[in-house]
Amino acid sequence: MVQSLAESILSGERMAIARLLTQVENNTPEGRITLDKLFPYTGKAHLIGVTGAPGTGKSSLVNRIALQYRRPAAANPKQVAIVAVDPSSPFTGGAVLGDRVRMRDLAGDPGIFIRSMASRGSLGGLAQATAAMVQVFDAAGFDVILIETVGAGQTEVDIARLAHTTLVVESPGLGDDIQAIKAGILEIADILVINKADLPGVEKAEQVLRGMLDLAHPVEKVFRHHGQVMVIPGSEPANASLWVPPIQRTVATDGTGVGELMAAIEQHAQYLHQSGDWGRRERARLEVELDGLITETLVAQFRASVSDARYEEMVDCLVERTLSPWEAVKALLNRGT
Amino acid sequence: MTERKIRVLVAKPGLDGHDRGAKVVARALRDAGMEVIYTGLRQTPEMIAEAALQEDVDVVGLSILSGAHMALIPRIIELLKANGKENVKIFVGGIIPDEDAPRLKEMGVTGVYGPGAPTGMIVNEIRAALEPAA
Repeated sequence: MVQSLAESILSGERMAIARLLTQVENNTPEGRITLDKLFPYTGKAHLIGVTGAPGTGKSSLVNRIALQYRRPAAANPKQVAIVAVDPSSPFTGGAVLGDRVRMRDLAGDPGIFIRSMASRGSLGGLAQATAAMVQVFDAAGFDVILIETVGAGQTEVDIARLAHTTLVVESPGLGDDIQAIKAGILEIADILVINKADLPGVEKAEQVLRGMLDLAHPVEKVFRHHGQVMVIPGSEPANASLWVPPIQRTVATDGTGVGELMAAIEQHAQYLHQSGDWGRRERARLEVELDGLITETLVAQFRASVSDARYEEMVDCLVERTLSPWEAVKALLNRGT
Repeated sequence: MTERKIRVLVAKPGLDGHDRGAKVVARALRDAGMEVIYTGLRQTPEMIAEAALQEDVDVVGLSILSGAHMALIPRIIELLKANGKENVKIFVGGIIPDEDAPRLKEMGVTGVYGPGAPTGMIVNEIRAALEPAA
């Protein structure tokens, strides 16, 4: 039974893929065993993350990118999977997953598989099971996997640890130059996209992002000041092994600029292979995954070893201030003392 | 892991252009803790059956105001079966004449709701329909 599920995935059966995704999302034993079997077949797909604030047009852009990979003119159309994450309610656990609304152009194409998932309490912009669901698509032979995060604020940066190429989508009017030098989401961009580039304010948005990039990657500048030509040398020599995130303007609703964006994605993939970054990112990602699973497993083991009564007793001690949180942890870990 | 989340596809087949009702229901199901995949207006039966397969939903909710339900729903049921989704529960809302409701249920629709149906009732009936499977 389990063996046959793994085999069905490897042969790309859509029904089996859909069912396994549910198993994996719910972290069932069958899902985990099947993932174990499939793991050797993963590691081939190009994982592209798409993140950015709510309403910047991530879903519409994903729709366009997928269309480009599938267009008949493409020499060899790629198999494209899309994992779209939307937030779960912190109160009821329910969710409305609406990313498919923007992806109706993709309906009816057997080379595309779209799966929506709720974040289920995860805070980093992805759900706990997103990485595992991506592995299912990878094993099933999809060449490109587009991962759309929840509408992200400043710290939802988990996507950079999962994807090979991360697109951060901005749109005109979202923030000034102070927003642009803050830590967080802009730092993780491999490609910056200014979507809705037909709106006023696009020049300003690009200028702000350009300014931020200049601080991070100074390049030689030549300009006129009081009638004299002045040169500010860049701190880094023109270096082919350094990736400076390009800024791409797009209008996802009509497709403007998407061709250029595709070229930038392709260039980034080439850069990753040539510089050896592809392997380094792969290693870092697997390390994060291993760490996460170790933590999860140890916590579960530990909680199973402590009775609820004992745990509640410790919480009572904290409330009454008879123990500090660190002392309570020590007491719980050294049961008997 | 806690109990399995109920996943519901909410879709509007056909050509009518109002999805207020579908959104109200989607919101109510969300508030009942379900995960609702909302697909928007003017879906073809093929699009709905494909989305139901990819999203591996337990329930498909269809909102139809145009009067074309007796043509659309049998086609959707047929395509769902062709996609191996014969176990999915189908709920229909919108403007459905009373005499059509029993005929829809004969085709395999689990629940039919008209204007003014309390959302709590829809939630309860979805949960009840999935009870044996859960």
